Amino acid sequence: MGKVYVAGVGLTKIGEHWDRGLEQLMVEAALKALEDAGLSHVNSIYVGNMAGEFLQEQAHLGAIIAEDLGMVGTPAYRVEAANASGAAAIHAGALEIASGKADAVLVVGGEKLSDGLIEEVSSALLMGERQEYEGFIGADFYSINALLYKLYMKRYGVKDDVIAVFPMLSHRHAKGVAHAQYPFEVSLEKILSSPYISEPLRRFEISGVGDGAAAIVLIGEELKSKVKAPKTELYISSATDFTTPFEREDPLRFQSLDVAVNKVLDEAGVDRKDVDLIEIHDATSIMAAISLESSGFAEPGESGKLAMNGEFDLSGRLPYNTFGGLKARGNPFGATGVYQVAELHLQLTGRAGKNQVDSPKVGMAQSLGGVGATAIVTLLKAI
Amino acid sequence: MVRLNGVAIQGYGGYVPRYRIRAEEIGRLWGREKQELPIEEKAVAGLDEDSVTMAVEAARIAVKRAGIDPKKIGAIHVGSESKPYAVKPTGTIVAEAIGAGQNILAADLEFACKAGTEAIQLITGLVESGRIEYGLAIGTDTAQGRPGDALEYTAASGAAALLIGRLTDDAVASIEAWSSYVTDTPDFWRREHENYPSHAARFTGQPAYFRHVLGSINELLSDEGYSTKDIDYFVFHQPNVKFPLAVAKALKLEREKISSGLISGFLGNPYSATSLLGLVKILDGAKPGDVILLASFGSGAGSDAYIIRVLDGIEEKRDRAPKLKDFIERKIYIDYASYARFRGKLRLR
Repeated sequence: MGKVYVAGVGLTKIGEHWDRGLEQLMVEAALKALEDAGLSHVNSIYVGNMAGEFLQEQAHLGAIIAEDLGMVGTPAYRVEAANASGAAAIHAGALEIASGKADAVLVVGGEKLSDGLIEEVSSALLMGERQEYEGFIGADFYSINALLYKLYMKRYGVKDDVIAVFPMLSHRHAKGVAHAQYPFEVSLEKILSSPYISEPLRRFEISGVGDGAAAIVLIGEELKSKVKAPKTELYISSATDFTTPFEREDPLRFQSLDVAVNKVLDEAGVDRKDVDLIEIHDATSIMAAISLESSGFAEPGESGKLAMNGEFDLSGRLPYNTFGGLKARGNPFGATGVYQVAELHLQLTGRAGKNQVDSPKVGMAQSLGGVGATAIVTLLKAI
Repeated sequence: MVRLNGVAIQGYGGYVPRYRIRAEEIGRLWGREKQELPIEEKAVAGLDEDSVTMAVEAARIAVKRAGIDPKKIGAIHVGSESKPYAVKPTGTIVAEAIGAGQNILAADLEFACKAGTEAIQLITGLVESGRIEYGLAIGTDTAQGRPGDALEYTAASGAAALLIGRLTDDAVASIEAWSSYVTDTPDFWRREHENYPSHAARFTGQPAYFRHVLGSINELLSDEGYSTKDIDYFVFHQPNVKFPLAVAKALKLEREKISSGLISGFLGNPYSATSLLGLVKILDGAKPGDVILLASFGSGAGSDAYIIRVLDGIEEKRDRAPKLKDFIERKIYIDYASYARFRGKLRLR
C-alpha cells in the first residue's frame, strides 16, 4: 500500500450561517484546502455529511460539490457514518490514494444544522442510534450518555466534576480560535450549574448545534515532491461495535476505539507514549472520559484526575482538543472528523498560531459515530 | 428616514390586566429549571378580557390624558394578532366604547408584534395631511404561546394607545421622524385556523429581530439623522429580557438609557403592545426635552422606529390618568390551572 499525505486544509468558521447553504459552506472549505495545497484539480472527491438528506432533503452531495467546484467529470461520492461521516470520508479517500488508483483526493465534510429546528436536529442525531431499539422508546443520544455518566460515577466512586472538567478544557483551548463556534472560556462552576439535559448530563457538557465545513487534500507519493505546501503523513483505521453501549461487554469501554487505535498505532509504527497531541470526540463530557480511557491514554476512572492535573493542557503531557474539540470549536456532525484532522495538520506543520503545541511529531484524532458504534482513528506524523 | 412635521402625541395610555403567572409556575408544569426561564412573570388577561377590552381601557386613558372630546377623533387603527373575531373590526368596538363619532375611519392592522407601531404611521400621516384632527393608534394583544413551547413563558396580555394630533403648546411629545425596515423573513407565523403560532427557534434572533430592529434604528442614526448621544431613552420590542439588552450592547448604549423602557421581565411580551408599553413607562417618568427612540419588531419581518421628543405638556397631562406603574403593581398571582382556564387552553369540546 502506498503512503498517504495531507497537503492542504480549509476550514469555515462554525456558527449559525443563516445566509449560506450547506453546499456553499463546503465549497468555501474545499477551495481553501485546494489553495493551501496549491492544486487546482484532484482525481476524486469524497464528501462527509450525516444529515443532509433529512435536514436539507438533499442527497447526492458528491456530484453537487463536484459541479459547484467546477470539477464536473471527477468521481465524487458521499460517505456516511453518523457523527464520524467526515472521518469516514477521509478513510475512503486515503484508501484510494493508498491503493494507487488516485494521486490527489479532496475530502470535504459539511453539515448545516441550523436549517432544522432543535427537535429535528435531535432526530437527526438519533439516526446514529438503532431506531427500533433506542429511538422508538425515546432513548436518545443524550439519555444514553446520561446512563453511562451515572454508571461511571457509581463504578469509580467519583463526582461529576471529574467528568465536567473536559468541556472546561475544550473551552479553554478554543479561546480566541477564529474558526471556533464558542471561542471563550467557561468555568467548571458554570458547567456544573447549567440545566440538566438528561440528568446527570448538563447543557454545558454537550456540544452545541452549528454549521460548518472542513476540507483536506490528500496526495500520494508521486505528487509529494511536486507539491510545495507543508505536508504530514496520514494513517487511518476504523472499527465498529454493538450500536448500543448496553449490548457491549462493558458499556464504559468503547471497544471499537480500542481496536482502531491499536491498529493505527501498529500501522504507523508508533508507541502510544509517542503521541504528542490528541483530538477526542467530546460530543459529551462523558464520551471524552470514556474515549481517553478506552484508547489507553488514561486508566479506567482516571482521565478526569489527569485533566485536573494539567496533563491535557496545551503545555501538558498530552495536549487535548487544541482548538476546542467538539464542545467549543463546534460539532457540525459530518464535518467534525475533517476539522479534527485539519487541526492536527495545522499543529504538525507549525501553523496553529497561539494554540501551537511545542514541536509535535505525532498527532491522533478520534472520531466516533453514535455512542462509539463506529470509531475512526487518524494518526498524522510530521515530515 | 422620514421627518414628520407638526405631529404630536396629545395623550397616551397603557393597560395591563391584573393577573400574573410566574415563569417558575409554567416551568413547574413542563419541567424547566429556574435558570432556563426567560422572564420572572407575565401578565394574563382575565376571563372577561380580550384584546378589544384591553384596547378600550388603554384608549380611555389616552383620551382622558389628552383631555379632548372623543368626537374629535377622526381615525382609530388597532394593531393586534389576537383579534377575538376573524371577521369583524376591533376599531369599531373601540370607537363606540370610548364615545367617538360615526364619521371616522376604523381599521385593524396585523404585522405580528409591530402592528401597533404601524398604526402610528397611518395616524400621523392622516394628521399631518390635515384629513383628521386627532387619531388613535393602539397596540393590543392577548398573545398566544403553545403550551410547553418556549413562547408560553413570555406571551402576555396588554394594550397601549397613543392619541395623536397636531403639534400644540400643550402636547405631550412631538413625533419627529420615523423609519421602517421590512423583508420577507419567515421567523414566526400563525396560519388560518391555528390556535398557536409556529416559530423557527433561533432563526428569530440574528436574521429576524436583530437585523430588522437595527435596520430601522440605523436608518434614524444615519449621517443626516440622530446620534445615540442625542437620545435620552431607548425602547425596543422585547420578546424576552435578553434581546433588547443585546441591541443596547450593539449600539453601545449606557444601561440607564434603556432600563426605563424594559417591561418584559415582569410583564412578559404582549406582542403588539410591548414596545408601546415600554414607551408609556418612559413617558410616565420623562421630562420635557427628553428624546426617546422607539423601535418595534414584528416577525415576518419588520421594524418601525420613531424619534419622539418630550414636550412641556407632559408635566400637566401625566397625572390626569393612571400610570403604567399603577397597573404593574396591581397584581394577583394565578396558578397554571387558572391560567389555562383564563386563556382558553382547556378545550371542552
